[in-house]
Amino acid sequence: MTDLLVTRGLVKYYDISPTLSLGRRTLVRAVDGVDLTLRRGESLGIVGESGCGKSTLVRLLSALERPTAGELYFAGVDVNRLHGKALRHWRRRIQVVFQDPYASLNPRMRAGEIVAEPLLVHPGVAAGLDVRRRVRDLLDMVGLRAEDETKFPHQFSGGQRQRIGIARAIALNPEVLLCDEPVSALDLSVQAQVVNLLMRLKRELGLSIVFVAHDLSVVRHVSDRVAVMYLGRLAELGEHAQVYSSPAHPYTQALLSAQPGLAHQQRRIVLAGDPPSPVAPPSGCRFHTRCFMASDRCAEKVPLLRVVGSGQEVACHYAEQAQAAYTGRPA
Amino acid sequence: MTIDLDGRGTRSLTPGEVLLEVENLSVDFDTRHGRLRAVDGVSWRVRAGETLAILGESGSGKSVSVQALTGILEMPPGRIVSGTARYRGDDLIAMEARSRRRVVGDRITMVFQDSLSALNPVQTVGRQIAECFEVHRGLSRREAMRRAAEMLDRVRIPAARQRVKDYPHEFSGGMRQRVMLAMALALDPDVLIADEPTTALDVTVQAQVLELIADLQTDRQMGVVLITHDIGVVADVADTVVVMYAGHVVERAAARELLDHPVHPYTEGLLGSIPSADLKGHDLPTIPGTPPSLRTVPSGCAFRTRCPLTVAECASAVPPLIPVGPGRETACIRRTSEVPGVTIPHSRLAAGGA
Ligand SMILES: Nc1ncnc2c1ncn2[C@@H]1O[C@H](COP(=O)(O)OP(=O)(O)OP(=O)(O)O)[C@@H](O)[C@H]1O
Ligand SMILES: Nc1ncnc2c1ncn2[C@@H]1O[C@H](COP(=O)(O)OP(=O)(O)OP(=O)(O)O)[C@@H](O)[C@H]1O
Ligand code: SF4
Ligand SMILES: [Mg+2]
Ligand SMILES: [Mg+2]
Repeated sequence: MTDLLVTRGLVKYYDISPTLSLGRRTLVRAVDGVDLTLRRGESLGIVGESGCGKSTLVRLLSALERPTAGELYFAGVDVNRLHGKALRHWRRRIQVVFQDPYASLNPRMRAGEIVAEPLLVHPGVAAGLDVRRRVRDLLDMVGLRAEDETKFPHQFSGGQRQRIGIARAIALNPEVLLCDEPVSALDLSVQAQVVNLLMRLKRELGLSIVFVAHDLSVVRHVSDRVAVMYLGRLAELGEHAQVYSSPAHPYTQALLSAQPGLAHQQRRIVLAGDPPSPVAPPSGCRFHTRCFMASDRCAEKVPLLRVVGSGQEVACHYAEQAQAAYTGRPA
Repeated sequence: MTIDLDGRGTRSLTPGEVLLEVENLSVDFDTRHGRLRAVDGVSWRVRAGETLAILGESGSGKSVSVQALTGILEMPPGRIVSGTARYRGDDLIAMEARSRRRVVGDRITMVFQDSLSALNPVQTVGRQIAECFEVHRGLSRREAMRRAAEMLDRVRIPAARQRVKDYPHEFSGGMRQRVMLAMALALDPDVLIADEPTTALDVTVQAQVLELIADLQTDRQMGVVLITHDIGVVADVADTVVVMYAGHVVERAAARELLDHPVHPYTEGLLGSIPSADLKGHDLPTIPGTPPSLRTVPSGCAFRTRCPLTVAECASAVPPLIPVGPGRETACIRRTSEVPGVTIPHSRLAAGGA
């Protein structure tokens, strides 16, 4: 598989200094040095606690926001160097599906208009295209009916609204679909429908997918590879089987063991304390304040993402020991 | 009222004693679209030391049912059409508001999902907890504050003695939820009603809060009613489950039995759609359609328009809950006994040995 989307040292800081701060700036280090690759045709899951920077990363990957530092390459092109028309043209190749299908749809537009909008905004793509027909096809692809075209968002259920959002996102034949918690707001009995829809579209349209979610079992289901984030950085990145069966980062282990439904099956790793603030992340390894493997070294030296024996990349000084302890096999 | 309070304001509980018993509870709302039934003939009970989970999707009536019995339901537009809710024998619904306040907020307490809005932003958390002791136990301000710090410590807030002076916004979401728990548990209630107490929390913090509830529960044989839409949470902590769909209880069983052998087609469908390792690479089994809104609840069995087993007869009457096995009941005319064939092969869930 070729690399489609590549980030190098991607950083996004938000300045939240009070207006009268007299020079001292308060920065939220939302994303703080992420090296990540999305391969063509794969689906990459991203998990991590609230506030660890998942949505910020998605906005950077879609160029909805510019990074504070670092690079983003799409099929070899440096996206940060694109401006104006070139950027706009490029943007259609990457589309986003958001968590809250209600907030992301214009309440005064009919479903058909919402789905047609990108086609009309990018006339280059739609040239010679029968827009009405295309809208019908798109609605059909996501499992909505032709008569749904004239309804307004409030006339749909949450799951149906998410289908409209997905239809709009695939209208321009993007190569990449970035899904930020696409099923989290949906009713339980409807989540599986939307997961199946996304997987079908990935197969049929050859999409590459980034799938952010907090439900680890959903991420496992949809992902070829999984990235685990902690406080703006990657803790672990690997094939789904590597990450789920032999996690090597203590944080991944804690996250997996805290999944609801496992209390009677598995020893639970209870983390000390609460996640620290991204305004003043801990020195060295950002996880060291809560980590059960930490030593003095962890507070001083930043662990870099490195490949471990089982194949995945892990940012922990003691990855081998942690993995051995978790799987019960010697390091 | 027959509540005799000992020195600390509590009466000891006998393990297995029924603490709270809800029978045939129905709640209507008067809306622009006329009268809508949000809760329809709901019954359940919780015993000392037991955790009862009320499992259901959004809008199924979980919150309204407990709001009705605790007297915090807005009326109007809400209206309790029928039902009783007996706390150790006395009906909370028939009771005068004044007597009910001696029970609810004291012997029966609640925690909600949204802790930030439930806490007073301009009062220190210590004051808010201390108030429980002053109002309900008549403790002095000083003594109440000391007990507040003790409570914060009990819910494992580090440096509790200092943190009583902090305001709610100075705590993280998980810590605020623990503060809420401290308030709810301050008076050693007999029954804790927790309405999605961990839904807004990260899994790592959720695990901590649920473990904390379980620990505090065993101390005193407290009964816990846990409202959730997370089957994993049910598997982790529930002894008994009632499943709600569109205002009705459709299934009631011991947690392990329900998770291993669901009987109602809705429960079966829900459990079947959970991703597991063996489903990887395949479509997830789904329930077609979406949950009905109150205005579109089908006649007869509310689930029939989505049900794979439905027959014409399902439309004629609401199926009653009938026994389908030892200690379990299901409301489905096609599933009147446990189905040996139905087993959910979920590798993810391991229901608890309570
Ligand atoms: N526009 C902004 N201005 C200031 N801070 C921001 C902004 N956007 C995000 N942040 C902060 O950056 C951090 C990362 O936020 P982000 O939304 O990316 O997290 P997330 O992983 O998506 O969390 P969640 O799981 O809750 O959606 C948080 O601390 C957040 O408060
Ligand atoms: N004040 C109100 N007026 C009208 N209808 C109401 C009111 N409060 C609740 N309802 C309706 O009653 C039904 C049951 O609501 P309830 O809050 O009990 O659902 P729930 O099962 O707790 O759902 P959730 O998981 O979303 O919290 C819903 O259809 C809701 O719209
Ligand atoms: S580097 Fe140290 S603190 Fe960080 S995860 Fe590994 S052992 Fe824990
Ligand atoms: Mg987010
Ligand atoms: Mg509710």
